[in-house]
Amino acid sequence: MDIKVLGTGCTKCKKLEELTREVVAEMGIEANIEKEEDIYKIMQYGVMRTPGLVVDGKVVLTGRLPKTKELKELLTQ
Amino acid sequence: METYKIAVDNQERKKRAGLLASVIVVLPSLLLLYHYLSGLVDYLTFNLFMLQPESHLGQAINFFIYDTIKILILLFLISSLMGVVNAYFPVERLRVYLTTKKLFGLEYFFASFFGAVTPFCSCSSIPLFIGFVQGGIPLGVTFSYLITSPLVNEVAVAMFLGMFGVKSTLIYAGSGILLGMIGGYILGKLKLDSYLSDWVKEIQQNSTNENAKWENEKTPFIDRLPAIIADGWGIVQKVLLYVIIGIAIGAAMHGYVPEDFFTEFLSADKWYAVPAAVILAVPMYANAAGIVPVIQVFVAKGVPLGTAIAFMMAVVGLSLPEATLLKKVMKWKLIGIFFGTVTVFIILLGYLFNLFL
Repeated sequence: MDIKVLGTGCTKCKKLEELTREVVAEMGIEANIEKEEDIYKIMQYGVMRTPGLVVDGKVVLTGRLPKTKELKELLTQ
Repeated sequence: METYKIAVDNQERKKRAGLLASVIVVLPSLLLLYHYLSGLVDYLTFNLFMLQPESHLGQAINFFIYDTIKILILLFLISSLMGVVNAYFPVERLRVYLTTKKLFGLEYFFASFFGAVTPFCSCSSIPLFIGFVQGGIPLGVTFSYLITSPLVNEVAVAMFLGMFGVKSTLIYAGSGILLGMIGGYILGKLKLDSYLSDWVKEIQQNSTNENAKWENEKTPFIDRLPAIIADGWGIVQKVLLYVIIGIAIGAAMHGYVPEDFFTEFLSADKWYAVPAAVILAVPMYANAAGIVPVIQVFVAKGVPLGTAIAFMMAVVGLSLPEATLLKKVMKWKLIGIFFGTVTVFIILLGYLFNLFL
């Protein structure tokens, strides 16, 4: 699984990265997690509100920090 | 497996019902508390704390507790309300709407209006700017959004409602939206596209509304409500300290600044009052939560509301940190023209208000 957290460095973006790492470790998913901070690359996903979450090239969440439970669901779909 | 699914469904349903019930209980109680707040705080300060209603201290503490609670309730309700609006109409959807429909000039209104209802965070203004340009939205319309977004936001509206009442709030929000529309229109007419950063120009040239599809969020609204309310509460927590400091400074100034101190410099008949207030405000970087209680004292001490609103707009709408952020997407010259135009319009608005209010 390829996971990207999109964010230019706001607090919510950092929290999303932490949370994603926690959840992935907890669920034992084999995943490559990357933080994308380059605004140019972020825009290529068509995301206008950070933080954004991209799973296997698909944007699954933008503009808010999900609850742990919701994040788990997003990662198992 | 089926029974398991039904059990989960039942659990979900129960949770939703519980959530709905708590909203039905909490919302009216907050409104009731708001309604009877003045009497409650009077009882608290003069009966329980046994402070003298005539004394300076008693008045100041009463004023402080009342204003703080009132504003926190307003802030929570307005932030949550704006969260609901945004859940239904996120900015991605606005972009699709603006790029696919012929709006005959109304696009300036929509862009400015949504700038007002979306929660403002300076860290999201750049992605939004690029997102608009990428979708082929004209620069002027993008500026409309960019002008109104910091100017009219949930914190400013809640503070204004609490300190100045409904009429002044409507004037403030309405003129903020109007300013965004006119400012955006004029900036658009100036054809400033060549002053964008090179990489933004490139994006602009390759702009398409091909990827202009808006994917509806799959989570049902009711399940997103807790997150929306939590966000609203998060905004309250974030500005709590500024609210308290602002109101405390306001309360202190009420008692100790002499009546004619401000009017000496900033009264309506001094022609330079409005530009002086605005130019003084541009380098100031304060958020709406801290600045409104102080402005309220200015007004109570005789500074005209127009001058006060102009000052407020310049403080929240034009900030140097935002200018440095914008540097990523535009050249200094464009930032200068952008800030200059908005400053001029804020000054004009101030004069207008002083004439008519």
